[in-house]
Amino acid sequence: MTALAANAGPSRWWRSRTVRRFTSHHLALLGVAMITLLTLACVFGPHLLPYDSLYIDLRARFSPPLTGHHYLGTDPLGRDVAARLFMAGRTSLLVAFFAMLLSTLIGTLVGVIAGYRGGWIGAALMRTVDGFLSFPSIFLLLALAAALKPSPAMVTVIVAVTSWMEVARIVEAEVRSLREREFVLAGRMLGLSGTHIMFREILPNAMGPIIVASTLTVARAILMEAYISFLGYGIQPPLPSWGNMLEGAQQYLGSAPWLAIIPGAAITIAVTSFNFIGDGLRDALDVRDDHI
Amino acid sequence: MRGFLLNRLSQSLILLLIVSVIGFVVLNLLPGGPLAQFGLDPGMTQDDLDRLKEQLGLNRPLLMQYLDWAWRLLQGDWGHSFRDGAPVLAVIGRHVFATLLLMGTSTAIAIAIGTWIGIRGATHRYSLFDHIATVGAMVALSIPTFWFGLVGIYIFSLRLGWLPAGNMYTIGDGSVLNYLHHLILPSIVLSLVHVAIWSRYMRTATLDAISQDFVKTARAKGLSERRVIMKHVVGNALLPMITLAGVQLPSILTGALVTETVFTWPGMGRLFLDSLGYSDYPVVMGLLMFSAILVILGNLIADIAVAIVDPRIRLG
Repeated sequence: MTALAANAGPSRWWRSRTVRRFTSHHLALLGVAMITLLTLACVFGPHLLPYDSLYIDLRARFSPPLTGHHYLGTDPLGRDVAARLFMAGRTSLLVAFFAMLLSTLIGTLVGVIAGYRGGWIGAALMRTVDGFLSFPSIFLLLALAAALKPSPAMVTVIVAVTSWMEVARIVEAEVRSLREREFVLAGRMLGLSGTHIMFREILPNAMGPIIVASTLTVARAILMEAYISFLGYGIQPPLPSWGNMLEGAQQYLGSAPWLAIIPGAAITIAVTSFNFIGDGLRDALDVRDDHI
Repeated sequence: MRGFLLNRLSQSLILLLIVSVIGFVVLNLLPGGPLAQFGLDPGMTQDDLDRLKEQLGLNRPLLMQYLDWAWRLLQGDWGHSFRDGAPVLAVIGRHVFATLLLMGTSTAIAIAIGTWIGIRGATHRYSLFDHIATVGAMVALSIPTFWFGLVGIYIFSLRLGWLPAGNMYTIGDGSVLNYLHHLILPSIVLSLVHVAIWSRYMRTATLDAISQDFVKTARAKGLSERRVIMKHVVGNALLPMITLAGVQLPSILTGALVTETVFTWPGMGRLFLDSLGYSDYPVVMGLLMFSAILVILGNLIADIAVAIVDPRIRLG
């Protein structure tokens, strides 16, 4: 049983080895702290700031950071960058979170079935995974985003559809190694159905790698949404996202560099935090380190 | 070796088949499907479109359409660009070099720096250098490439004025030096993520190699530590890196495409975006298929290269 399953019992889970190992991972704690702060800022920030994210302050266009009450400056329309940054954070984090849920769901389903069934079904599924991995993800993302109307929900689906493969590979390998273990054989002897064995017996024991992979998927999804929105094919204005805040920033790079630097820094902080957390979880949950 | 080659070759062919199916599905998802080109033309009525559909066989079962499409793909008939009517393969051909140049340069940078960081991290495990390299790699992996490009342009082009902000060369100046000058910033920007990846894998591979028996033997023979590391450890640690180079190919290609858009680099990424903007779907589809084929080919070559260098693999 993995550390996670072993610790699922009712007795003082917070003193378990997993939690102790996670809390001794300084970077992971830093990541949790930063994500918590960022989330709180995105939830409450817009209410605390003097300007609404849509308010157009025509006399204060292109204000650099720290002019008056525009703490992070204003954009070409005179909208407050700080207010937009937090509103954009809501979009970007939500899209990334749901994209992670969906891609983990797809990846886990494919991985469990491929790993448990094996044979030609397994081979066909895993070759499909290889097929998806052969496309540069950005091409696939952009082609799909251009083809389908990019509402926030659609962007979430597109990002998920192009990022479930890692999870599928990890789960498949894990399930394949668990398939011949005694508890699975025992389940078969007892006449449990294949579905029951796959999802009730094997899956809980493969949760460690899935949790780690899904944490890293959030990081990846934030980057993906940012890329396609930056290029104008993702989240559409006026709904702000960290990616589409950067969309017009390049042309003002010389005169208003904060327009490019601030949203990018927010993306970097969020992605770094999730990567730190993923690293800490990997140590804490005893997941073999064959990626980075 | 023959069996190994046949095996890998057939795997690549199967992969190619799957990739073409995915490509075909995407093609049919595009607005208007394969007829999108004509749907934009105000001179075409719905009747014309229907007649064209009949004429081109687009009302046949999807399987038949797929086979037809795949067969034309195999014959090198990838359709024509909506923009200038040029064959898709020729259009792509004009942009391949720029992308390969960018990828090649930044891969060389990533391998050189990443290998050094990885080996040093492994030989000085848990040192300050190792810790900084570990954390640095994780941060580097988290920085969006396009944003790093913007920051690079801001600092080195706009503030310091040292490097050009984009394009592959100055018009009217085709000298090699001019190309190199333009190549510096985008290739460094693109290499950042791969320095991080390469250094982490190299560190692991070096640690694996150090604990092997032949390294103990080499030390026991009284070789200097430097010689042991350079000759016995690094040589063996680099082997799995060949496979890594193949596996990383899609990610390097993706990075190159993103970098190109920021630096107006005239490669496949730039072409892809321009074509999307013009709804030039034949070129979009062509690039999608072309890049996937490039990736499959790259992986095949990497696998064969490893098998040539490492007899353990081809002999199974």
